[in-house]
Amino acid sequence: MSVMSEPQDQTGIVLTEEQKRRRRARSVAIAVSLGILAVLFYLVTLVKGPGVLQRPL
Amino acid sequence: MSLAGQSESVNAQFSAAEVGDFLALLKPRVMSLVVFTAFVGLILAPVPMHPVMAFTALLCIAVGAGASGALNMWYDADIDARMQRTSARPIPAGRVLPGEALGFGLLLAGFSVVILSLLVNLVAGALLAFTIFFYVVVYTMWLKRSTPQNIVIGGAAGAFPPMIGWAAATGGVSLESVMLFLIIFFWTPPHFWALSLYRADDYARAGIPMLPVVCGERETRRQILLYTLILVPLGVAPWFLGFTGPVYGAVAIVTGALMLALAIRLLSDRSDRAAKHLFAFSILYLFLLFAFLLIDRVVGAHLGFLG
Repeated sequence: MSVMSEPQDQTGIVLTEEQKRRRRARSVAIAVSLGILAVLFYLVTLVKGPGVLQRPL
Repeated sequence: MSLAGQSESVNAQFSAAEVGDFLALLKPRVMSLVVFTAFVGLILAPVPMHPVMAFTALLCIAVGAGASGALNMWYDADIDARMQRTSARPIPAGRVLPGEALGFGLLLAGFSVVILSLLVNLVAGALLAFTIFFYVVVYTMWLKRSTPQNIVIGGAAGAFPPMIGWAAATGGVSLESVMLFLIIFFWTPPHFWALSLYRADDYARAGIPMLPVVCGERETRRQILLYTLILVPLGVAPWFLGFTGPVYGAVAIVTGALMLALAIRLLSDRSDRAAKHLFAFSILYLFLLFAFLLIDRVVGAHLGFLG
């Protein structure tokens, strides 16, 4: 955060408001995907029970 | 000034992609057909699947299909830009950077294959991996730009999903699932060549050796009919071999006859309209075949349960 609050005339990439908004939207989408993945693993573990680690060919 | 200019060019390399642009990379319309045919394969399998496991399998297949689409759009961005039908896709339109699409596609491909293998079974996972490889490497990178047989061989990628669904439920491959594969495999050439007949200019401009571009429209119409002649009996085969009931058989015969009629008409009717009719009906045909395989199985199971 401290780096981000340096004066604006620092050289380097300065994101526009639109780019910041879109980056945030992408971050939220990634978070939602990870959340779904966690719920999926939880449900599959409940369904498979102790057999969750058994994967016969 | 030079610093500002430099900063601007660096900024242009920073992603401005909306979430929706990434979803467009997944080719949602192709994905919906993939999920549907995989679902039918999964339901037709003689082994019942727990709903959570079935959902997991379909989710992985959907994401794997989406990954294939993203990797295809990454590799084909140059020709997509030259074709009217595809020029608005996220990469040629400049909304997604090529590297982003590549990373996105590889990540989803890896996750979908690993999760399907770990949570469902290894056979389904291996089939999904092979399907993604076949679509991206064999079809997109190799065949698409080099031979008019591109969609014939590449069509195998689109034909695998019901086999993956079947494998998710049973852990194996069998005659029934191979039959579902063959139906889609022989359906793809007439379907795609009908489209390519009225998009031939587009393909020629992009330098893709589609059949009408390389061998002419007359040969294409003849090939469409030949493949339809193989397709229609294959569509009836699941009933003929006793896997499904007479309702499916009747639907397969009637819609198959219509496919054949449209393919025959295409021989003499050179208009774009005739080709568009065949293209549109081919989608309905495949959908009806799989829908009635599903209905036949679900209704049959209920009647068996009641009786």
